[in-house]
Amino acid sequence: MKNITNKMRGKQIFIPIVALVLLALFNLIVDPSFYKVTMDVNSAGNPVLSGYLITILDYGSELAILAIGMTLVTAASGGQDISVGATVAIAGSVILRVLCGTNSRPETLQAPVIVAFLVACLAAMACGAFNGLLVAKFNIQPMIATLILFTAGRSIAAWINNNELPVISEESFGVYGGFIPGIPIPTPVFIMLICVLVTGLALKYTNLGLYTQAVGINASSSRLNGLNPAFIKFLAFVILGLCVAVVGLIKVSRLSSINYSVIAKDIEMDAILAVALGGNALSGGKFNMAASILGAYVIQFLTTTLYKFNVDSAALSAYKAVVVIALVVSSAPVVRKKFAGLAKKLKPQAKEVA
Amino acid sequence: MKEKSVLEMRNIHKSFPGVRALQAVDFTLCEGEIHALMGENGAGKSTLIKVLTGVYEKDEGEIYLKGLDKAAVIRSPQDAQNLGISTVYQEITLCPNLSVAENMYIGRGKGVCANWKKMNEDADKILKSLDIPAKATQQLSSCSIAIQQMVAIARAVDMDCKVLILDEPTSSLDEQEVEKLFVLMRDLKAKGVGIIFVTHFLDQVYEVCDKITVLRDGKLVGEYEIKDLPRVKLVATMLGKELDDMSDIKGEQKVYEGKDSGESLFEAEGLQSNAGIKPFDFYIKKGEVNGFTGLLGSGRSECVRAIFGADRVIHGKLKKNGKEVKISKPLDAMKQGIAYLPEDRKLDGIVGDMSVRDNIILAAQVLRGFFRPFSKAEKNKFAEEYIKLLEIKTASADTPIKALSGGNQQKVILARWLLTHPEYLILDEPTRGIDVGTKVEIQKLVLKLASEGMSVTFISSETDEMLRTCSRLVVMRDRKVVGELTGDELTQSGIMATIAGGDN
Repeated sequence: MKNITNKMRGKQIFIPIVALVLLALFNLIVDPSFYKVTMDVNSAGNPVLSGYLITILDYGSELAILAIGMTLVTAASGGQDISVGATVAIAGSVILRVLCGTNSRPETLQAPVIVAFLVACLAAMACGAFNGLLVAKFNIQPMIATLILFTAGRSIAAWINNNELPVISEESFGVYGGFIPGIPIPTPVFIMLICVLVTGLALKYTNLGLYTQAVGINASSSRLNGLNPAFIKFLAFVILGLCVAVVGLIKVSRLSSINYSVIAKDIEMDAILAVALGGNALSGGKFNMAASILGAYVIQFLTTTLYKFNVDSAALSAYKAVVVIALVVSSAPVVRKKFAGLAKKLKPQAKEVA
Repeated sequence: MKEKSVLEMRNIHKSFPGVRALQAVDFTLCEGEIHALMGENGAGKSTLIKVLTGVYEKDEGEIYLKGLDKAAVIRSPQDAQNLGISTVYQEITLCPNLSVAENMYIGRGKGVCANWKKMNEDADKILKSLDIPAKATQQLSSCSIAIQQMVAIARAVDMDCKVLILDEPTSSLDEQEVEKLFVLMRDLKAKGVGIIFVTHFLDQVYEVCDKITVLRDGKLVGEYEIKDLPRVKLVATMLGKELDDMSDIKGEQKVYEGKDSGESLFEAEGLQSNAGIKPFDFYIKKGEVNGFTGLLGSGRSECVRAIFGADRVIHGKLKKNGKEVKISKPLDAMKQGIAYLPEDRKLDGIVGDMSVRDNIILAAQVLRGFFRPFSKAEKNKFAEEYIKLLEIKTASADTPIKALSGGNQQKVILARWLLTHPEYLILDEPTRGIDVGTKVEIQKLVLKLASEGMSVTFISSETDEMLRTCSRLVVMRDRKVVGELTGDELTQSGIMATIAGGDN
């Protein structure tokens, strides 16, 4: 055990793991029923698992998918995309528009879901491309560049559906954000697994990781090594666009409808926090994808824990902020160095005792 | 503390992960003395300086300063500055997007408000008194590197310091500028300032210094009076060996010299980039080593950057083996077999946070393509091979390159380009800020590569180094090619005369 902790120390993924363990322990001590998972039957008559842990897996998966794209954007551009919540709304709205056609409450789907999803992918990637263009070509600070869609995105989403509220009555559409009949695990978990798998393969079988990191660390040097830093930054934003489309599908599938001003609200902050909690430098450069993904679940764990304690939803952010401060400060290099020094001092004494 | 000393460092220890950078190092600096701190790359000079200036915290040891009863506590550069320790670093650490005056006064203001007018006036006065051709209100990045360096010195000088540290200040200055700096140093010395001078130029040490302290592998070798340590002995002390290697290279014949019959490998006609050089013609033959020479800012680097596609080419054409090739970006040049080691290692060379391994394979990987990454085993093999071949001193291939000393970083960049197996290797100041031993290694390597058929362009501020390696020199003045020297014309005086040209 000691060997493992020693090996882990100093590794990046140590940070989200510690945060997760702390949160888990807190819940275990305060109320062990947090971990209760039961098998229920949902309205469609299918067996489904339910419990706080399942909620975390379910909603954490959305966040994990966004964290993948956000990690790449952060690494390549040294900044963050704050428009993802708004672009999720756009992607979701596009899906509904394609599925509903001209009628906002159709009896049947007007197009296959896959077509709607692909159109949403194009729309979200176009949003990503727009952000990417501003950042890579015009050298605008990522946070400022994405502020445009952050502000305008939800209006655009409403405009896509003529500000109507389309509702899908077809039950099969609920599968993507709910459950596949006969399988008690929420579908978003599987979608997340597919995304992680694709990302893993991309990182292994292409130079995406090497190029993004090289560009994020030293763009000038990367250029002289034959890379095109602008294109790689652009690419990162487009990939994030793809992640956004996937989350858009899950989100509208959950409701079979959309609420333009509420859908995926503040999700960009959680996604950025996931990246930060994963120990990745928000100023770009080196990244650890696994740590970001784990970070996403830790953030969701935190959110769910707060919900469980009946924290008022208006006050939720404030509580979250307190915990986040603790997490982020404790993972800051300065503090970690202090801890390491403390551990060093304690060690010889421990030996004497032994 | 001794009576005359302004600074005493005792038993200084400092380690980094995997490296013991300083072990029990003592250092004493007296009033009105110019004290050279010498050693190979990785000997610990820069670390010692950074401990003294509060950039690094020492693991062990004491620092005593004149006028202080007890050991000084230096935890940050601000502390050091307040104690009267000023530094000019090897690499320029000013803010390029601020004005010259702002750079000189940044972090020094006592109050909250700044009196811009007075600040600019004061700055202009100092610049004038030091003969630095810059204006206080000018943005720093619009000055040449040499002038930026001098502004850094002006800043340090103006801070009324007791201890002035000059860490490789001359590596980007030309001879006249160095002379000016020396005048300034002697001035300060007469005023009682203790100056620590870190440099790789032996001539300069013997010209201005009073004492020499030599470090090797993080340990103190000794402190010597300048008259007790002749040049040869100094080099031997630094390297920890005798000087056979040095004489070796002088005796070596330049390979392929005078072999004119061969066709040009690359040929440029009227090439011009957007970096402000005049159109130039240029050719290089297979297995030839040539060089660009000229004063700083004469356009040496801009020429090779145009060939490599690093700056945008606006005129002229480039031919390879007689056929025209289109090079609009570095990748095009790499595909044509050109490799370019850039002048500014920190800014354009290393990818700091990345491991030595990834830094080595980067260019070769880019050439190979996005969808064909090297396997882990291949990467390791390449890294191990070149770490061994170039004797790169690193804890492991996993170590971030920024943790290496300057010379070893340069070797990693060199390894990166050798791994692409170029036909034409461009080395822009490969030996700047590098110790004697590594310099000789690089020069030898250049000659060896040329003898194997590689064409090399070698650019250096040290003309004797160019004379030793190049068989043909292109001379530049004011961003224009003004001459070409071969054979018997290749002498110091020949170069000087061509550089000076008909102006005198």
